[in-house]
Amino acid sequence: MSDEKKMAIIATKGTLDWAYPPFILASTAAALGYETQIFFTFYGLQMLRKDLSGLKVSPLGNPGMPMKMPFGPSWFKSINWNIPNIIQANVPGYESVATALMKKTIANNGVATIPELRELCQEAEVTFIACQMTVELFGFEHSDFIDNVEYGGAATFFEFAGEADITLYI
Amino acid sequence: MADKELDARGLNCPLPILRTKKMLNTMESGETLKVVSTDPGSVKDMEAFCNQTGNEMVSSGEEGGDFIFEIKKA
Repeated sequence: MSDEKKMAIIATKGTLDWAYPPFILASTAAALGYETQIFFTFYGLQMLRKDLSGLKVSPLGNPGMPMKMPFGPSWFKSINWNIPNIIQANVPGYESVATALMKKTIANNGVATIPELRELCQEAEVTFIACQMTVELFGFEHSDFIDNVEYGGAATFFEFAGEADITLYI
Repeated sequence: MADKELDARGLNCPLPILRTKKMLNTMESGETLKVVSTDPGSVKDMEAFCNQTGNEMVSSGEEGGDFIFEIKKA
């Protein structure tokens, strides 16, 4: 047993916004010298896919999400577009538009992209574990996911988390 | 004069820290690294990074909107 600090994360969300916390915390923990593992389960599996373009944001039913435009003069950018749920739900492609705007905002703010953060985690030797049960449940193949992913279940998670200094469920 | 310099301007959390760590990995113990950032969050973050990794914050200050840190590798 090493005296290196350890952090274990369970990543359960499959949207673009919620892909940030696990990858930001894991890459930072690794930079601080923590041995870090992320256990991806349920919708969190989306974050391990080779193709990350399926990660989207949904403002629908999310009153905490400001809807602001990432371009135009500052008075225009500061408007919070309060669009009723009933309209959001009925406009085809609403999520795709919201996602495109969010990606633009991310770039404008010098915030890393998810593919970039995931790569930084891998470079820093963060261990990625995919929950085999949910891989099968959702009909994924191992070939849908990036290389260097380990496959395991709850017991695999506990083996590391049992000795972790920090454990987060995201 | 620092031995190396890192321009982290325009980058946001956690990139300034990750780039700093990466740069320090290429350096020898005792060498110094100057980091320039524009992220206001990096002021506390750099200090926390140094406290936790044992690298020494030699100086930290602000200059015309830039935050400038000098870090000595442990």
